[in-house]
Amino acid sequence: MTGLLQQPGYDEERLKRVSELLPCREVQAGMLLSLMGQPQQYCYPSVFIYGHRSSGKSHVTNILMEELELPHATVSCVECVSVALLFEQVLLSFFGCDAASLLPRSPSLSDFVRIYRQQSSQFPAEQTRYIVSDTSPELLRDADANLLPALLRLQELVEDNVTVILLSEIVWETFRPNTGCFEPLLLHFPDYSKDELKQVLSKNKHPSYSAEFYSSYINILLGVFYSVCRDLRELRHLAALNFSKFCEPVEAGKAKVGDTHKLWKNIEPHLKKAMRTVYLREVSRCLSAHTHVELPYYSKFLLIAAYLASYNPARTDKRFFVKHHGKIRKTNFLKKNEKTSNHLLGPKPFPLDRLLAIFYSVVDSRVAPTASIFSQISSLVTLQLLVQISHDDQLDAPKYKCAVTLDFISAISRTVNFDIVKYLYDFL
Amino acid sequence: MATSSVSKGCFVFKPSAKKKKKTLDLESYFTDGCEDARSSELRFELCQDLWDQIKTETEILQDELNRKVLDSLLEFTKKCSSIRHHSDWTSQMRASEIPTAALILGVNVTDHDMTFQSLSELLQTSVTPHVASVQAKECGALKHLMKKVLERLMDTVVAVGDDDDDEVEEETEQHHRSVHCSLTTLCDWYSKKTKKSSSGTPGKKRSSLVVNEQQEPPVVIVFKDLEAFNPRVLQDFILVCSRYVQRLPLMFIFGIATAPSTIQHMLPHSVSSLLCIELFQSLSCSQHLTTVIEKLILTHSFPFKLNGKVMQVLVGIFLYHDFSVKNFIKGLQLALLEHFYSQPLSVLCCRKEKALLNLKHLRHDDLERVRQLPSFRRFVEKQEIEEQEKLRTDDSHLKNVCQKLMKDLHKYHKCYYPILRCLHTLTSSLPRYPLGKQIRELHLICLEKNVWEAEEYQSAVNLLKMLAKDELISLLQKCAEILQPIRSTQMKSACVQLEELLSKFQQLDAPATDQSTASEENFTSPVKNLPKKTDLFQLQKTLLESRRSRKKSPFEALRNEALDFIDTLVKSHLSPPESQPLYEVCYYSSSAAVRRHLNAAPRTSIQAALSSPYHYLQNESLKSDDGTVSNSAPDICIAYKLHLECGRLINLYDWLEAYSTVISAAEGTDPDSDGFGKVDEVKHARFIRAVAELEFLGFIKSTKQKTDHVARLTWGGC
Ligand SMILES: Nc1ncnc2c1ncn2[C@@H]1O[C@H](COP(=O)(O)OP(=O)(O)O)[C@@H](O)[C@H]1O
Repeated sequence: MTGLLQQPGYDEERLKRVSELLPCREVQAGMLLSLMGQPQQYCYPSVFIYGHRSSGKSHVTNILMEELELPHATVSCVECVSVALLFEQVLLSFFGCDAASLLPRSPSLSDFVRIYRQQSSQFPAEQTRYIVSDTSPELLRDADANLLPALLRLQELVEDNVTVILLSEIVWETFRPNTGCFEPLLLHFPDYSKDELKQVLSKNKHPSYSAEFYSSYINILLGVFYSVCRDLRELRHLAALNFSKFCEPVEAGKAKVGDTHKLWKNIEPHLKKAMRTVYLREVSRCLSAHTHVELPYYSKFLLIAAYLASYNPARTDKRFFVKHHGKIRKTNFLKKNEKTSNHLLGPKPFPLDRLLAIFYSVVDSRVAPTASIFSQISSLVTLQLLVQISHDDQLDAPKYKCAVTLDFISAISRTVNFDIVKYLYDFL
Repeated sequence: MATSSVSKGCFVFKPSAKKKKKTLDLESYFTDGCEDARSSELRFELCQDLWDQIKTETEILQDELNRKVLDSLLEFTKKCSSIRHHSDWTSQMRASEIPTAALILGVNVTDHDMTFQSLSELLQTSVTPHVASVQAKECGALKHLMKKVLERLMDTVVAVGDDDDDEVEEETEQHHRSVHCSLTTLCDWYSKKTKKSSSGTPGKKRSSLVVNEQQEPPVVIVFKDLEAFNPRVLQDFILVCSRYVQRLPLMFIFGIATAPSTIQHMLPHSVSSLLCIELFQSLSCSQHLTTVIEKLILTHSFPFKLNGKVMQVLVGIFLYHDFSVKNFIKGLQLALLEHFYSQPLSVLCCRKEKALLNLKHLRHDDLERVRQLPSFRRFVEKQEIEEQEKLRTDDSHLKNVCQKLMKDLHKYHKCYYPILRCLHTLTSSLPRYPLGKQIRELHLICLEKNVWEAEEYQSAVNLLKMLAKDELISLLQKCAEILQPIRSTQMKSACVQLEELLSKFQQLDAPATDQSTASEENFTSPVKNLPKKTDLFQLQKTLLESRRSRKKSPFEALRNEALDFIDTLVKSHLSPPESQPLYEVCYYSSSAAVRRHLNAAPRTSIQAALSSPYHYLQNESLKSDDGTVSNSAPDICIAYKLHLECGRLINLYDWLEAYSTVISAAEGTDPDSDGFGKVDEVKHARFIRAVAELEFLGFIKSTKQKTDHVARLTWGGC
């Protein structure tokens, strides 16, 4: 299996190590390596690697760069809040901080190209330099219309042996500008198959257990989770989380390492339970115990009023909140297009005075309109339980939306003995 | 300032004794307008002392309360930083995740500052010097967040490291040159920092890899108010940070006001999977309040007291409006200040010895004030005629009597609180809490009236009579424990009696014949078998029936004896403070003032000013009995009054016409003359000004819905 990676000009030993570090990605790594050619040869100007999350894109590129000790600059598009930062990082890692400090305050693309050329004429490339753009290159595309096309043919612009590698989770087609540009070479990383996942996961074996034991554990784990989750990172997390449970019987002396069936029996219900919280990470475990949020008494009623205002049509307020409204049946004010549930449509915005009007009619005691009532409204906005929409201008009749769920508001209403369902148009 | 120089020029004036003036200021505010300077100085001093006491006590309390959660947080940070080095398999598998503590703090955001303050202090002293706290409002974009984090981290170190000044200079300079710079800068800075502290000779890079946790302290970033952060910014920041975890031992602390699910609402899975989150729950704010009340209010060692109404206002603001313990203490401070400021006799509101001393120095005016006190007048009326006369005229006799009264007041407090606690212990676990779940509720009842006359008290006693033996005994034991440490003769004897009762209960057990135990079991069963939600009436009926159907067992007799004993204790010690002569000295009672200061109603006062200007202007011509606005009121009041009669949209011209008519009437123009109600330039201008003022106050605004109209922004009010 090893030795699959072969490319003249690189150290044999190193190539061997690389292929050991990249199980199930030999094909892709080999492809990339042959694209790169020998160290001193010019490489294709730009390579676009795409594939789903955790398909090993950055892993493969990083291992190649690090292990083969190629000159490279890795930039993160998220981190580069301005292009200046991107330029700086590239110059910094190729030519040191002196070069980076040559950049003017807000450098343009041509500043970058100029300085790059100047530097590379002093320190010409002995081998191909690589710029690896890690994660979300779509930010590059959106930052500046010229940036991406320029990067794709940077080799030509700076007349240096440099190659740009873009890693992306989405396909190239979404990047191509409508004016057309230099087409990079595309390289696809397919998802791992179940067997491959098993092979990769089994690599992180626990030091105090045998490789066989661990891989039987991985087998069981994949059997349970593979149908819902194929993300390598997530699976690895799950593996780490549940392993101690798996070893329990062995540690307690109740089962032998080889007794797979017994171990399976022991772990299976546990994993099934964990299944419900895949993707939720730790937080979820304590979540149910804490969904209850404590609020001051009037804040609760303000929130209830906001909920009612968000989910009831304003026309119906009279029906719910005027004491002697006579007999208005639902059909009387049912409009045709309102047959759909308001809850399906989501919360609607409402003005402040409607909120207060409803508040004063639902709260059971007389409440003075004090400053603290109003400041509670802004507190609710800070807590993200209400959302203020449009402008910040308080004088200009602000509008709000209620951002809590029916479950949440029902729980709140119960604590103040308010039967909210009775006041909701949808449940009439 | 004047100089003796004749020429123009610059003169330097040294700020002469400014400091002295400033300290004086506070006091002079206090003493301003008081006729007796000495007494007010004294009061100021007392007030300051008490406030200092409150401050230190609450700080200690805060520390104690937070200790548990903070300790576990510290433990967590320490664990996280140590794991990075000599780690087991599980943590190695998760090394790429950023350890994150989600700290659930509750919605009382105003109180969080104190918690974070002590948290970062603790972290800095015992875990790592590298702590940066950020708030949402400073971090509108990733750039700003990054900048804040870098600045805080590097600056904290700048402030600490005095020994290598030029180094620091260089660092800050470099960092100022590229503030927009990335975490790479931070990494470099960090490795420089840690290398320097790890005393090893430079150059031996490899060997210094074997570092221990002290040399690589984690870098902690605290997000004080997670909910308020822009999710986008937070996500990006976490993504960026996760690229550096290998080089930089980062750690996050999220301050969450609502619920942990916020994290899931804000962060998509791709981001939250980069974190290794652990939850921490801080004490709930109502528990916090309970301890504060316990420490500051329900104790005889703190001489200043609140009466029932004030207490109600403060607790009400807490429960109904803000849940903020900080504001509660602010309220207490306000009451304290007001009391010492407005009540000259508050010189007596201090420790017993001091109060007795101050009493000796009371002047004639003050003694007159004592005579005016309602509680004292009630006391006088109960005396014999001769004595009454003496109290009214003889100052020194009055002083002597007051000595005794003050002592009595202190004694009263010394007994009141322990007995209150006993009663609370007995009743707080009864079904449906007839006397309240929290001790503050019971305290409020006791402040208002004779608790033993309350219906709730009767039902509580009835319920107590239905307790099983062991339950009753354990409750009584707790009461004895409460009374034990009190240094007062009355309480001592009460405690002794209680112990006697308890030992009698014990003896009941000893010769336990089969028959008696059986009957006891029989007895306890009806209560036990009752469904939880029986109403009191039902319970009483069962009780009566069971009582009639059987003769008293020795247990029952003893139980009644015990409860009677408790009852006498309550009756003799839990009378409301109003019954105590001179209670006004210690009790602050102006609940309206407190409410006005703490729970202002700006809109109500603006409306009051506009609809009845007499209320504020006190001008006789504005007085009107029927609530109407007189024609001679200020323009804005008239405009306001007229606008109340309009609907959502107001026609400006109609409004002007109406206004002009009113004004003409006020000017006394003959209603039949031509000029009546005519709009002249001056009226027009006055009207426009009034409208502009109303707009400024937020009652109306211009609208595009209809030309020449303005929109009303308030509803009702007519
Ligand atoms: N073939 C592989 N062998 C070992 N680990 C792998 C392999 N492929 C991916 N990983 C691991 O999975 C995780 C995700 O891989 P990464 O390259 O970051 O995914 P991507 O960049 O495609 O989203 C990394 O922690 C990486 O170490």
